[in-house]
Amino acid sequence: MAELCGIVGIGQTRHQAARKDVSMAGLIREAAERALADAELTWKDIDAVVIGKAPDMFEGVMMPELFLHDAIGGAYKPMLRVHTAGSVGGSTGIVAASLVQAGIHDRVLTVAFEKQSESNAMWALSISLPFSVAVVAGAGGFFAPLVRGYMRRSGAPEDTGIRVALKDRKNALKNPNAHLQIPDIDFDKIASSPMLWDPIRYLETCPSSDGACAMVMAKQALAEKAPRKPAWVHASEMRSEPTMFSGRDAVIPRATLDNAKNLYKKAGIRNPRKEIDCAEIYVPFSWFEPMWMEGMLIAEKNEGWKMTYEGATAMDGDFPVNMSGGVLSSNPIGASGLLRFAEAAMQVRGQAGEHQVDGARKALGHAYGGGSQYFSTWIVGSDKP
Amino acid sequence: MSEPVEILKTPVKLDYTYSAGQSASRFLRAMAEGKLIGQRCPVDGRVYFPTRGSCPQHGALMRPEPVELSDRGTVVTFSINRVPSENIKLDLPYAPVQVLLDGADTILMHVLGECPIDQVHMGMRVQAVWKPKSEWTTSIGNIKYFKPSGEPDAPFDSYKEHI
Amino acid sequence: MREVAVVAFAQSKSLRRELDRNEVEILIPVIGELREKSGLATGEIDFICSGSSDYLAGQSFAFVSGLDAVGAWPPVSESHVEMDGAWALYEAWVKIQMGYADVAMVYGFGKPSMGDLPETLALQLDPYVLTPLWPDAISIAALQARLCIEKGVTSERQMAEVAARDRKNALGNPYAQVKGEFEIAKLLAEPYLASPLRKHDCSPISDGASAILIASEKRAKQLAKRPAWIRGFTHICEPQDLGVRDLTRSRSTEIAAERAGVRKGKVDVAEIYGPFTHQEILIEKALGLGASTKVNPSGGALAGNPMMAAGLTRIGEAARRIWDGSADRAVAHATSGPCLQQNLVCVLEGN
Repeated sequence: MAELCGIVGIGQTRHQAARKDVSMAGLIREAAERALADAELTWKDIDAVVIGKAPDMFEGVMMPELFLHDAIGGAYKPMLRVHTAGSVGGSTGIVAASLVQAGIHDRVLTVAFEKQSESNAMWALSISLPFSVAVVAGAGGFFAPLVRGYMRRSGAPEDTGIRVALKDRKNALKNPNAHLQIPDIDFDKIASSPMLWDPIRYLETCPSSDGACAMVMAKQALAEKAPRKPAWVHASEMRSEPTMFSGRDAVIPRATLDNAKNLYKKAGIRNPRKEIDCAEIYVPFSWFEPMWMEGMLIAEKNEGWKMTYEGATAMDGDFPVNMSGGVLSSNPIGASGLLRFAEAAMQVRGQAGEHQVDGARKALGHAYGGGSQYFSTWIVGSDKP
Repeated sequence: MSEPVEILKTPVKLDYTYSAGQSASRFLRAMAEGKLIGQRCPVDGRVYFPTRGSCPQHGALMRPEPVELSDRGTVVTFSINRVPSENIKLDLPYAPVQVLLDGADTILMHVLGECPIDQVHMGMRVQAVWKPKSEWTTSIGNIKYFKPSGEPDAPFDSYKEHI
Repeated sequence: MREVAVVAFAQSKSLRRELDRNEVEILIPVIGELREKSGLATGEIDFICSGSSDYLAGQSFAFVSGLDAVGAWPPVSESHVEMDGAWALYEAWVKIQMGYADVAMVYGFGKPSMGDLPETLALQLDPYVLTPLWPDAISIAALQARLCIEKGVTSERQMAEVAARDRKNALGNPYAQVKGEFEIAKLLAEPYLASPLRKHDCSPISDGASAILIASEKRAKQLAKRPAWIRGFTHICEPQDLGVRDLTRSRSTEIAAERAGVRKGKVDVAEIYGPFTHQEILIEKALGLGASTKVNPSGGALAGNPMMAAGLTRIGEAARRIWDGSADRAVAHATSGPCLQQNLVCVLEGN
């Protein structure tokens, strides 16, 4: 029933702490133009635009897509704005693909972005109402207790997080678009960096970035004629659960487990660790790599940390994770999810340059948001599903 | 030819008047009297504190009957915050703690006091320290912080569900 | 295209101020009513989508608490748009079209009374050159009304007639906020709020929520006696800048109406989301409605405008007329952004 959807163009900006040289419109246009160039298309070829970004308070503009969309060829076209907290980039990609898969549009441009240098993201995340005590300083403050919970139940060695950070930061050196590139990064540098929210250290934390990511998606007939090999969408899935309720497992939530089960079922994958060649996973704080390895059913319960320890998630391991340097290296919040999806697509198109996994033919893109409650994922492949 | 304008500072100020809603109002009024009032979910009977009026798991309005809770509880998990933030007026470093009050089935987020940072641990028994009565308002902030109660640690089983 | 129909609809009363209830407390009975009407539990719904705005709620991730009203357990497939619920319905409809879902629930909610809505909406404008002037939403709409009057597209009298018509229709709507019989002469004697707009030309500030259930053919026939089939569903967005588009006509609505096939048949009922009287007139023209179309039997937005739900409610109200047999073919419209920037058109049929 569903049309096949191919990703025929991918573009992203060089992610940075503050892009003072462009306005919001300039930022998204940069990513969109790169995606169009990659697809060898023009604005005229796009039928609809899907924009994704995180809370509007990050830029201080209400529904900014309204004043921005015509900068990316959206004038007099259908335009949708997705907002599912941190997972928004992923959900945006899924909504865009669904427009093609439903046979409604031939070609859709999707852009996700954040220009958080224009407002104060920490403030926007900590607006408190009189019902709760303001103690949580930023997302890290919210997630640190969960990390502690994972450490307790899995018995993972204390330096697991440092190893993840080291790997991702080394990978970032091979990604020209990554925000944080620390050429002399090593274990000790990370271990001795200031502790922010015990047990999360400064260098185990994502930066705050300005950035945008864009993709052009097309229906089968057009994707087959595209100048470069498309990445085919095999399956996608979204799952949400309440932020808080009695007895909730907030460390490895059921929503991620359900998401993974359904995703693999739709993609015809029985053994994800073997059948998926690499993954781009939303890891804003280093410890989330082992946690999401379990959450995405790649590793057994309480064994996610072993994958990190054994080097399985390194570029030369059997299940490379975050070849781009991941969210730890670049975090324009609204775009981060779409970046994961895009980087996965780049891998199966052989487009990832220096951070390419040789022979990658099937990749997983993953995003999560909120209080670890929204999960959006997709599987893309070099071959049609 | 002067330099092009690169940055434009435009302050945004908007005022919002929040309605706590019926359930949260009851909770806040009780706070003003030094009482910790939770509510039960009509589906599984679990006691939520604090509550905004509905059970997030079942999408049902909480049962209106108040459930009075003790101001003593167990630290389920915690973190140590060393990052300054505009909204938070505490000295660094401080330890946000998630406390399971005796009688409640959900955790309350608060902060640890009268305890060296390196001694906070999961399972620690704590006791609320209130502001002077004259300073009480309709706010959870009537509790200044939670301090160690001196009791032996709670067994892991008593709170492991909440980690 | 799969056949998809609107099968259930519920809404809260539009109130100037919901002092007693927070968003979740408003939503729970609305979603509860939808569940009751359809007999479906959360687990039987394949996809959920909502529409709301952070700036309206005064905090980030406002929609997260909306999910509490749903009882998302076991975990649900769910998404959210920072737009009116009408666009959330569109996303859900697409999910059914691609075969991902057969039954979807959509809701929209907002409590604009918490802030100063006309002022808050100034934040929707270009942040570099327009927002710093803080032009409120009523003044911006007034600019458009002035242009329309000077071009002869409408008149203050015609605008007053629309206000009177809608509010008279609202007498039959228990959920409407502003209703009654108003004399045109008396309305025109009122002072301007922002010339040429008077108070009656503006929709009220309303807190509220609404929810809709849609289903694919087989399920729709099980869930409703006379499903309201969605036979056309399109939306188009114009560039925002007030100087680059013709404000005296709604080109995006014309395009959407054409693509949705509005004129393929007779339109018995049209529910139009016109936050201001002149805008309702512009949309009526853009949709190409005839004299035989009954416009806004519910009273429309001029009778109650719960932001982020009002557009969804237009679709629900149109569907109701299909269900009760008073219409065979209905059109619902939703709008977003300053001066009718973005418009959505939904065509419903009973056969």
